[in-house]
Amino acid sequence: MKQITVISGKGGTGKTTLSSSFAVLNEKSVIADCDVDAPDLHLLLKPQIVETLDFNQGVTYKIDYTKCSLCYHCLYFCRFDALKKSEDGKIYIDEYNCEKCGFCASICVKKAIYTITEKSGESYFAKTDYGPMSFARLNPGAENSGKLVTVVRNKAEEIAKTENIDLIIIDGPPGKGCPVIASVSNVDAVIIVTEPTVSGISDFSGVAELTKQFNIKTFVIVNKSDINIEKTNEIIKFCADNNIEYLGNIHYDKLIVEAVNNGMPIVKYADNEVTAQIKNIWKKIKFI
Amino acid sequence: MKIAIASGKGGTGKTTVAVNLALSLSGAANITLYDCDVEAPNDELFLKSNIEKATAVEVMIPEIDEASCIKCGKCAEICKFHSFAIFKKMEKLLFFPNMCHSCGACVEICPVKCIKEGSKKIGEITIGKKNNLRVISGKLSTGEILAPVIIKRMLRDIKDNEFSIIDASPGTSCSVVQSIRFADKCILVTEPTPFGLYDLKLAVELLRKLDKQFGIIINKSENENNIIDDYCEKENIKIFGRIPFDENIARMYSKGELLISNKKYKNIFTEMIEKIL
Repeated sequence: MKQITVISGKGGTGKTTLSSSFAVLNEKSVIADCDVDAPDLHLLLKPQIVETLDFNQGVTYKIDYTKCSLCYHCLYFCRFDALKKSEDGKIYIDEYNCEKCGFCASICVKKAIYTITEKSGESYFAKTDYGPMSFARLNPGAENSGKLVTVVRNKAEEIAKTENIDLIIIDGPPGKGCPVIASVSNVDAVIIVTEPTVSGISDFSGVAELTKQFNIKTFVIVNKSDINIEKTNEIIKFCADNNIEYLGNIHYDKLIVEAVNNGMPIVKYADNEVTAQIKNIWKKIKFI
Repeated sequence: MKIAIASGKGGTGKTTVAVNLALSLSGAANITLYDCDVEAPNDELFLKSNIEKATAVEVMIPEIDEASCIKCGKCAEICKFHSFAIFKKMEKLLFFPNMCHSCGACVEICPVKCIKEGSKKIGEITIGKKNNLRVISGKLSTGEILAPVIIKRMLRDIKDNEFSIIDASPGTSCSVVQSIRFADKCILVTEPTPFGLYDLKLAVELLRKLDKQFGIIINKSENENNIIDDYCEKENIKIFGRIPFDENIARMYSKGELLISNKKYKNIFTEMIEKIL
């Protein structure tokens, strides 16, 4: 079984457009949307949800004032300035600053600090026309997006094994932090979708550095390549200099936005120059 | 007045709005722009300010003295971030520095005091100047996960009465919460597509939960009655302005050019400011 993750660094470069197209072109894969913060792939693949699971990682630390002896020991140990003394001498927890490390609870001699755990998201298992799909939604403002990404990926792997499907296509999040690392760890290949803009190139080099650090085979696609041919050539040269395989480019086409507006993967919606470019790229990916 | 710029979906134009708005405002006042999209900071690519100071962001990191470690596993037990793995039979303790949140619990709990602390760089904060504009930009080092720590440090000395623009990362995660927490007002930048709308709704849910005042800028707007307009009308959300769908804008952006360098686009931001303030 192979796993391929599509990432970009910069947001809005076309990760979901391409992931959805690859899912259509491969006919049967397990599809995982690991952008748990802003999941959009389901808007194109129209999954029918079979199973919904709660993601219970919303931990909040609380103080039991009937037990607290006001020794202020915890204030001294907390490194995040999350425990504070109010005017009347009571201790309170600043939610914004709390790192949920539990240090205060473990050193409190009166055991006056306790946690409550709440639901902070949901994960879904679903069926689509192109194979089973695993995705999730983190509650806005919640933490632990990396853990929810792992939940989505574990489910995808489990299904791939039980249904004997040999490819998992992972639509990753933007950026290069925690959820991106969780989306690319231990995959067989990463495909970076970038665009020929100063921001696109800067963020692309950031994620390329990440996949190099993690020693993951990396491939690059330049989307909207004709918007700035000079910058497209700059990306191609960067790939050659850094031993990254360049898979090809996709022209800017208003039909791509139109396909999204109609809730369809572009390769199902149209048959033209850009879909031919996507199909050509897919042929190369199949042999990764 | 502190104005934060967020979006839900990535690539909708937060950077464009942040840099052009900050520069427009700095004509009349001293403005600070915070680029809190520390995983993909791009504001400086457009502003090219004169960098006056660069400071490393460092966190404490455990250093284990293998020789005196008794492999009791107490550190692995107390660490909420799974930074330690203990294999008692093999008498082996493993430490994963990239998982560590630098809380110091392991140092305190270790019965033989074999854990000391060193420091590790997780990113960098630069301060630049461009006329009346001060640009504070954060950057997370590759492979690191503590983006919120860098954002917290960038905003540590933010003042109640300062005039600033805070550019947040896409999404609705803890990094975004840290970036917008001090803001008096938020701008959500979106685009009129189903992706834009879906992610906008999540961002609105977050801002309402945090009880923030906010309005919307529609980027790549082709007409005045798209799905975003419908949603804003239904939800009674103010539209601060719109940036037209225009291939020339895309080309200028690709080269790192400022939209306000063109008179036609400059007016868009001038009008926006009136609605925002």
